[in-house]
Amino acid sequence: MSAEKAWDSDTVCRHQGRWIIAQLNIKEYAMYEPKEIFVNTSRCTACKTCEISCAVAHSRSGDLYGALSEKPAPKRRLYVEWVSPDENVPILCRHCEDAPCMHACISGAISRNKESVVITDSDKCIGCWTCVMVCPYGVIGRHLETHKSYRCDRCPDRETPACVSSCPTKALVYRTVETFSKDVRRDAASKILAGEGG
Amino acid sequence: MSADKSFESKSLDPAVRQMIAKARDKGITTVWDRYEAMNPQCGYGDTGLCCRHCLQGPCRINPFGDEPKMGICGATADVMVARWLDRAIAAGTAAHSGHAKHLAHTMMKMTKGQAPDYSIKDVAKLKSVAVRLGIPVGTRSDMEIARDVAVAALADFAEKETPVQWAATVVTEGRVKALAAIGAIPKGIDHEVSEIMHRTLYGVDADAVNLLIAGIRCGVADLAGCYMGTDLADILFGTPAPVVSKANMGTLKADMVNIAAHGHNPVLSEMIVSVAEEMKQEAVAAGAKGVNVVGICCTGNELLERHAIPSCTHSVSQEMALLTGALDAIVVDYQCIMPSLVTVAECMGSKIITTMDICKITGAKHIEFTEEAAGEKAKEAIRAAIEVFKKRKGQPVDIPDVESVVVAGFSTESIVAALAKVDAKDPLKPLVDNIKNGNIRGVCLFAGCNNVRVPQDRNFKIMAEKLLRENVLVVATGCGAGALMRHGFMDPANVGSLCGDGLKAVLTAIGEANGLGGPLPPVLHLGSCVDNSRAVAIVVALANYLGVDTDKLPVVASASEAVSEKAVSIGVYAVAAGLPTHVGVMLPVLGSPAVTEILTDKVRGLTGGYFIVDLDPETAADKLLAAIDERRKGLGL
Repeated sequence: MSAEKAWDSDTVCRHQGRWIIAQLNIKEYAMYEPKEIFVNTSRCTACKTCEISCAVAHSRSGDLYGALSEKPAPKRRLYVEWVSPDENVPILCRHCEDAPCMHACISGAISRNKESVVITDSDKCIGCWTCVMVCPYGVIGRHLETHKSYRCDRCPDRETPACVSSCPTKALVYRTVETFSKDVRRDAASKILAGEGG
Repeated sequence: MSADKSFESKSLDPAVRQMIAKARDKGITTVWDRYEAMNPQCGYGDTGLCCRHCLQGPCRINPFGDEPKMGICGATADVMVARWLDRAIAAGTAAHSGHAKHLAHTMMKMTKGQAPDYSIKDVAKLKSVAVRLGIPVGTRSDMEIARDVAVAALADFAEKETPVQWAATVVTEGRVKALAAIGAIPKGIDHEVSEIMHRTLYGVDADAVNLLIAGIRCGVADLAGCYMGTDLADILFGTPAPVVSKANMGTLKADMVNIAAHGHNPVLSEMIVSVAEEMKQEAVAAGAKGVNVVGICCTGNELLERHAIPSCTHSVSQEMALLTGALDAIVVDYQCIMPSLVTVAECMGSKIITTMDICKITGAKHIEFTEEAAGEKAKEAIRAAIEVFKKRKGQPVDIPDVESVVVAGFSTESIVAALAKVDAKDPLKPLVDNIKNGNIRGVCLFAGCNNVRVPQDRNFKIMAEKLLRENVLVVATGCGAGALMRHGFMDPANVGSLCGDGLKAVLTAIGEANGLGGPLPPVLHLGSCVDNSRAVAIVVALANYLGVDTDKLPVVASASEAVSEKAVSIGVYAVAAGLPTHVGVMLPVLGSPAVTEILTDKVRGLTGGYFIVDLDPETAADKLLAAIDERRKGLGL
């Protein structure tokens, strides 16, 4: 299989993107590299606003009051988990580069789209729950009414996913790996300097 | 400075929009900025599914049916929502009745000679209230009667053998029976508030229906607090009769010491007004042309209805009055005072003066008000405003050139008096005849606040326009009245453009019979939020005249931009009185479909009234019209 041919698939298209990006400066790179939802766990107060806004964003009416009466009830796709004694961690699909669910799906329902989001095609999903079994994060849900699996779709119709824009403490951020890491590096660097100075 | 169209999403009031633009230019944070910063608001709180009644909490129930499905104690969504609602009703009741109790204490001190600045201004009202309460009148002195009325008022707060008098004697006999049948006659106003706090404690009442019945009973206690507040204020300060005044920020005067009375109780604001003229000399000495007293919110309504004091602004736009730079001080008592006023005042070089022990704000100047030295304290407050004026004298101010004509002061008594000019022997007959012949399709009461979630005044304006066109007689109280007066709904000149032909004819006939040379205003101003009692009095009079109960009349109520828990308790007593009652913002009850169904439907089987929750003013008005028509049909009209 030639390199050019491989770029036709969704997965490799993204690699194509990176190949182009490699020739651009860092600012342009940020424009091309897909963003991820990162969690700053120290800022999470477990208010669960993200869970509500996630469910509302995936309702038919799109607003809280309307969503309350919908059948089937809209589902949240992220989960604020509590780690004793006092840590709160919002967990959601990481859209893994090497996604176990995608490999495991026996009906070929799970794929990666051009935006690098791992998606489940409901029509193909047979409800075998193999994806649930292999997901290391436990973030694939079972829809009892439709008998299909569901997960974070990163809100395809929104510029910023609903959970991120609703988070009152900005514990959830929507950034590229590069910009997120850069901030972590800067923070670490300032700590190193503070250590040297002290 | 021109009104910025882009602020239409924040307010329909052009004066307010000018001041929002100014706030933006000066970098001053206002209620609209804080609302933006608060969004998105918590979905659990918004649906009533957050409980903080014990220290195991906070508990949240997932509104979409996922876990958690109940609180740690086992409280269901129904219980959580009903408990929340009960506490809101109790808070509203505590506030209205606290206001009334303050008046009762003032009246008591007056009868003992301890409050020399207060007197009985309406002896006829005193006697009519006394007669209603079964207090002997005969040849007794006014002060003796007043003392007994004050004693009876204070007695209504504690639990006692007899029902709350200000509830049981102010509604129809049929209503007393209907409420007694469901155990909703309050035994004591404070008792009901306290009992709500008990039953909503950790591990007490866990039956939504039982909780809601208690809520209705407490709502009826709120009616008592409101009714008492109106009665006692009328006795002490006079029963309102129609007056002509103005509303909006154009009523501020650059060359005068501008002082706004803000809050609720006329006990304080009446004193400000009564000493203002006396303080003119000191103001002139400071270089001003005099003292200009204006009102904000409900104490503004109290002053407007009795003394034609102009209303500066209302509710959500209270900060905007300070943005003009012309308001030297705001003197406040309690309720609906945004703490942010202090910061805005600091930015604009103005002063906030608190006066009540229960309502101090960090950063404000506090002048402890006492009934014993009321006039002196009022002067002290005006002096503080004069000091501010001295500093701002000569500096530019931005007073929006916006004001509207207001004809206010429609108490039950003054409405009956106006009708008596049409039919002296049978004053209610012209009103009832016109309801029967369809000139008046029904009656709607607009009450409540301005809510930052709604573009200020939008719901009031759209709904009132629609209902007036459909010949509904509209009366208004509180900041709902404030909204409508600022948009010209209380200017008789607008009857032609706003009212349907039937209503126009009735308002004109009554106006002309009263020698006004024109109609009554399109919307009748009944007063402050405690004055919702006046609406109840009118409805009860109509019901008694027709020999039916209040739940049969083509009368509806609407709090289309409600904020305060007081609006919740008022809504509950409107429903208890049997009225279809619209709320134009979402009550945090949707988390319990069962409670929502009770409030909007099932309660109808108990009181005849029910809530209509609709955020769209157009469809809400249609629903109120349908409710009116349904009742007309029930009466065979």
